Amino acid sequence: MANKLIVAPAPHVQTTQSTASIMRDVVIALIPALVVSTVVFGANVLRVVALSVAACVAFEYLIQRFLVRGPLTVNNGSAVVTGLLLAFNLPATIPWWIVLIGAFVAIAVAKMTFGGLGKNPFNPALVGRVFLLVAYPVQMTTFPMPVTGGAFDALSGATPLAAVKHGAAADVLGAQDLLLGNMPGSLGEVAAVALLCGFVYLLWRRVITWHIPVTVLATMALFAFVCALSSGEGGALLWQLPLFHVLAGGAILGAVFMATDYSTSPMTVRGGVIFAVGIGVITMLIRLWGAYPEGMSFAILIMNACVPLINKYVKPKRFGVK
Amino acid sequence: MKTFPMGGVHPSENKLSGAKPIEVLPLPDVVTIPLAQHIGAPAVAKVAKGDKVLTGQLLAEAASFMSANIHAPISGTVTAVDLQPNGQGLRQMMITIKREGDEWAESIDRSETLVRECALSAQEIIARIKDAGIVGMGGATFPTHVKLSIPPGKKAECVIINGVECEPYLTSDHRTMLEHGEELVVGVTILMKAVGVSKAYIGIENNKPDAIAHLRGIVRNYPGIEVVPLQVKYPQGGEKQLIAAVTGRQVPPPPALPIDVGAVVCNASTTYAVYRAVQKRMPLIERVVTVTGKKLKNPRNLLTRMGTPITTLLEAAGGLPDGDCKVLNGGPMMGRAMVQLASPVTKGCSGITVLSGRDAVRRTAQQCIKCAKCVSACPMGLEPYFLSKMTQKKNWDEIESRMITSCIECGSCQATCPAYLPLLDWIRLGKQTVMGRIRARAAAAKK
Repeated sequence: MANKLIVAPAPHVQTTQSTASIMRDVVIALIPALVVSTVVFGANVLRVVALSVAACVAFEYLIQRFLVRGPLTVNNGSAVVTGLLLAFNLPATIPWWIVLIGAFVAIAVAKMTFGGLGKNPFNPALVGRVFLLVAYPVQMTTFPMPVTGGAFDALSGATPLAAVKHGAAADVLGAQDLLLGNMPGSLGEVAAVALLCGFVYLLWRRVITWHIPVTVLATMALFAFVCALSSGEGGALLWQLPLFHVLAGGAILGAVFMATDYSTSPMTVRGGVIFAVGIGVITMLIRLWGAYPEGMSFAILIMNACVPLINKYVKPKRFGVK
Repeated sequence: MKTFPMGGVHPSENKLSGAKPIEVLPLPDVVTIPLAQHIGAPAVAKVAKGDKVLTGQLLAEAASFMSANIHAPISGTVTAVDLQPNGQGLRQMMITIKREGDEWAESIDRSETLVRECALSAQEIIARIKDAGIVGMGGATFPTHVKLSIPPGKKAECVIINGVECEPYLTSDHRTMLEHGEELVVGVTILMKAVGVSKAYIGIENNKPDAIAHLRGIVRNYPGIEVVPLQVKYPQGGEKQLIAAVTGRQVPPPPALPIDVGAVVCNASTTYAVYRAVQKRMPLIERVVTVTGKKLKNPRNLLTRMGTPITTLLEAAGGLPDGDCKVLNGGPMMGRAMVQLASPVTKGCSGITVLSGRDAVRRTAQQCIKCAKCVSACPMGLEPYFLSKMTQKKNWDEIESRMITSCIECGSCQATCPAYLPLLDWIRLGKQTVMGRIRARAAAAKK
């Protein structure tokens, strides 16, 4: 017989998804937010994003090529996602060398030291961001004012969360401004509607499920609602405070794009829900009573540390077992 | 729409031959009949080289209760009873018959007349099924008379006919339900009588609306039988999944059996074979085989005598395509890749699927990215990534406590893995090792 027969055990079907296609989908899902951010903060955004992505890819390549000397997997696009997410966590006016340091910490320290893709316990982009936040607090919290609809305002502004922290009312910015991104903040924090478009895209492409993002945001909203209720003021605050906390800061970016990171989130749906409730509660604790105005990054990293424990004790519901 | 409670995947259906009526493959000149084509002990040959046999005559007798009779699919002379390679290249005892004419054993009723009434008792029905050598024709080849013999202390509550055919490509059950619907439904009444129940369900995946409508029309005249459309989702036709989808009851983990939740499941083609065995005294000597593949010139459904070489079926479908390909005994989810195409069609062979080009080769495995898609896909609620990893580490206690023996080897985990990891390869190894350890413990406890 001229033709060879190919033999392998079943199944003989493989998915059309791949690691690379998943990473590509995440990048596509982030594009609407990138566009809004560029409109809001100007071309500086593209500079930060390009530098962060290039640096992450370069660091991963160099480490794989010269230190680990294993197979090169940099073309699967995971470093691009890390670079994008890191950039989304930085202010548009950040100096270029801080971006490089952040990229180095994210890729070299948080990812490659643990063995690379799939083995890192903590979200690399968030480790990079938190390192920068602690090391360069001034540069990391100097946010440019939006340039939309007017001349570029050279003054830096406080983020809505920081304003509220220092005593402003929760309706310091209307829900419409929060949704459309008309406020100071990190690159990726400012466009709730664009981030939600990305969320819908990821759901449609079956890259993530709704459980973690919706649970994180619902927990935060519920937490804020209870706080508003217990403050005794009642009235409009009952819905304003929950809405504000869900829309302001990095809540949606964190819930949709960071908390759902595969290797740093639990393997079961039930585990994912526990993980997400933890993120929501810790975020709100930090926002309301902590030293920082925003707590999403810390909350996700703290819950990342709980993931091995959750995986050990939260098993899927077994078929046929009551 | 009803479905099973957890997991599952949706591979491309590729039912290329769904609209092709069953065609009769010309009688083969030579057949080879393995003595082991069912679960249980191989049958014991009752003929020797040089014997003349008639079509339908007993060739080999069930060696024990858990075994099945085997009959001559053609008439002629036995030319050998010896070791021959099977589809996987393993040598097995087989009986070779060279065809002479088309002479049938006298007891068999070959007419097409429908016989509705069955006056036999449950024992007599089961005896006829055992005589005819009926085994599960969906691929599992579990002897049907064993399934119908309800163990003491257990009680059957319903019969479930498996017309799901959730394997991509395969259409033999589909065509059988369409073209032999009424005989099949009479077969259902026979099965109900055999296990003493008054309720039966025919589960059919919703991608076969013609079969659902056809059988619904027929069962109107047969009280107690209900056609249940099921969501198109693999492995809807897994025995435990089907029971859960239809009755809502989950079979507990091994060693529990479907009868523990009162269910007796029988494949659609098997049910038609039961009708023929009981009403017509027709032994299991032929079956519908789907010969299919995207590159085959003429994918079709062929009524084939057992023992016909696979090569004959492939030629009837236009021959193998150019280039390297994978030839499967069964469908792409659970079928076994063959190395020996001269090997014969057996009782469990519902289809021959030819995969070619990129479909035929596994992509290179990459790093696990912990996406958890395997956990979500597992219809038994297991953790495939973990079972696979712990098998590689030989951590047998851990995988036993994580219920590896519940794995039904459906392959959903591996088919959904975006890193193309060979999850089921490892899990099979782990499962077999753990089952061996459980048996060893039981044997030690007996001493």
